[in-house]
Amino acid sequence: MKRLLSKLTFWKVVAGLVLISGACSAAVRYLGGLGAATNLTDEFPWGLWIGFDVLCGVGLAAGGFTLAGIVYIFNVKRFEPIIRPTILTAFLGYLLVILALMFDLGRPLQIWHAIIMWNPRSVMFEVAWCVMLYTTVLALEFSPVVMEKLKMTRTMKVIKKITIPLIIAGVLLSTLHQSSLGSLYLIIPEKLYGLWYSPYLPVFFFVSAISVGCAMVIFESLLSSHAFNRGLELDLLSEIGKVAVVGLAVYLTMKVVDLADRHALSLLWLPRMETYLYWLEMVVGVIAPLLLLSRRRVRESRNGLFLSAVMVIVGFVLNRMNVSITGLEAWAGASYFPSWMEISVTVSIVAAGFVLFAYGAKYLPLFKQHPKTVSIAPSEAEWLQDLKTVSQPS
Amino acid sequence: MIKSKAMLIDLTLCVGCNACQEACKTANGLAEGEEKRLSATAYTALEEHDGVYVRRMCQHCVEPTCVSVCPVGAFVKTEEGPVLYDEEKCIGCRYCMQACPFQVPRYEWRSTFPRVRKCVFCDSRITQGLQPACAEACPAGATKFGDRDDLIQEALDRMKADPGKYVSRIYGRHEVGGTSILYITSVPFEQLGFKADLQTTALPDLTWNALSKIPGVVSVGGVLLYGIWWITNRRAEVQRYEQELKEGNRSPDQGAIS
Ligand code: SF4
Ligand code: SF4
Repeated sequence: MKRLLSKLTFWKVVAGLVLISGACSAAVRYLGGLGAATNLTDEFPWGLWIGFDVLCGVGLAAGGFTLAGIVYIFNVKRFEPIIRPTILTAFLGYLLVILALMFDLGRPLQIWHAIIMWNPRSVMFEVAWCVMLYTTVLALEFSPVVMEKLKMTRTMKVIKKITIPLIIAGVLLSTLHQSSLGSLYLIIPEKLYGLWYSPYLPVFFFVSAISVGCAMVIFESLLSSHAFNRGLELDLLSEIGKVAVVGLAVYLTMKVVDLADRHALSLLWLPRMETYLYWLEMVVGVIAPLLLLSRRRVRESRNGLFLSAVMVIVGFVLNRMNVSITGLEAWAGASYFPSWMEISVTVSIVAAGFVLFAYGAKYLPLFKQHPKTVSIAPSEAEWLQDLKTVSQPS
Repeated sequence: MIKSKAMLIDLTLCVGCNACQEACKTANGLAEGEEKRLSATAYTALEEHDGVYVRRMCQHCVEPTCVSVCPVGAFVKTEEGPVLYDEEKCIGCRYCMQACPFQVPRYEWRSTFPRVRKCVFCDSRITQGLQPACAEACPAGATKFGDRDDLIQEALDRMKADPGKYVSRIYGRHEVGGTSILYITSVPFEQLGFKADLQTTALPDLTWNALSKIPGVVSVGGVLLYGIWWITNRRAEVQRYEQELKEGNRSPDQGAIS
């Protein structure tokens, strides 16, 4: 108990420090302009806040629509127990993306212009509308949880009635939004390095969002089972692991076919920085977890699942950073590394997400079932053994 | 119809006197002082590459990328040729800077209410029938203002008149679908810091390809999702019904499931 207490205060102190440094950076940014707080330049106008906070934030919220689709559209009710925490994560994710935009936009108080000043030929216009509409849909999807807590049964019934249209709208908006973030980069065919630029960028962004959505569900569920002693039965997570395998396999195939199609396969062997980063992203985030998760033993082990999910998430983040930052540096003739202030704002936003989720888990009926213990996997040693056999060259 | 205006910049004639930048700064009320690169206070600048002066400025593309990417329509291309920016609309997303194939737009990074800054092709002068301040100021005739078609012809004539002097390429004639600023030179463009590998079709088509699919995705996707839901839901209902039948809780003549 004592140890737990000291651990808790430790993390609280860390979170406090992070948030304080974030607040300082925010002050610098709003009093001195973007130039005072960031390392952005005319040659490199988008940095960490767009690359990580927005691109990754939206992607990591993809668990929301993936799972909502599985549970409500495909009627796989077994997954219902985790739908609420997943929707909450997605909702918080979108709120934090909007918060990040308030930092990154040069004129944040004019963000509402997108509502009345239209330019339907702009991908950014589509992105703006997707953010607005999908955040609203997520709020509505999550509202029954709050209403349940507040015992607002009548309004709850109304929302329940429109569940299916809401879910369908949510899945469609997510599809558009995930892919549109890829479409943003369609307009810079020469600027974005050949390993990443593809006319299929929107499709890649969408498919990778599905696998990372699955990975996030696994990741969160295992984490909350650890932190709140609540979570999911392992067999359900294994099933989600299977969906991730399909997503990863489709993604990998498409990536290879696309490279071949564009006669860009030779880029894979050029001794350049981009090549190494591309391989890192593909091996860590796609190939390795694909091999791992397609083995039943890994899928059915707690640690195996967790490790694979983390790899998918890391690979996803690497991909988005490569598309938004590293892949552009050569053409732009500029290099970019975020300032400590940019980093501290980003870390603060992530920390805020964790804190909000923890409060949600504490005060809202997020987990419907009684606390469940997660069934224990065969044993750690076994999947470690698996890992070795997988990684051994044949 | 108004003929689209353009400028022909002949790099072989430029003497590097910087008169264009000075005239530009005066005409647009920008902070004085010589600048060697484009900035928020320099809409044009002379970059020196191996003894050749390259005057950089907004290309005033025929189908401008900046116009197409701006979510709030802060950029417009006028009939006369200038591409103009409306700071009142701008939300500061900087997509225009990210997407411009010539890396032209600059930002007021140190401002708390920043603007995007770039050449305006002296729009107000042009509509009054004057030529842009820079073209008027150039003592060497390196910058010439006129109708786009005429200037392309003139460039071709200059090339023909002095074979071997020029590289046989008019930069801006075909790049990203054509631009209103045209360059000719005796040194290959790639050696002068020009992006020489740009495609010849307009960039906005690339994103439009994706955007124009949205109605299809929404309608087909919506119907598909609804259909799947209907089938899976029906299946679950039927299962429940059969279950109840088996357990004898419901007799068949009670009617079909609703
Ligand atoms: S050069 Fe760039 S800023 Fe100028 S019109 Fe073309 S896209 Fe717009
Ligand atoms: S920074 Fe302003 S002008 Fe440029 S694309 Fe964004 S809103 Fe439009």
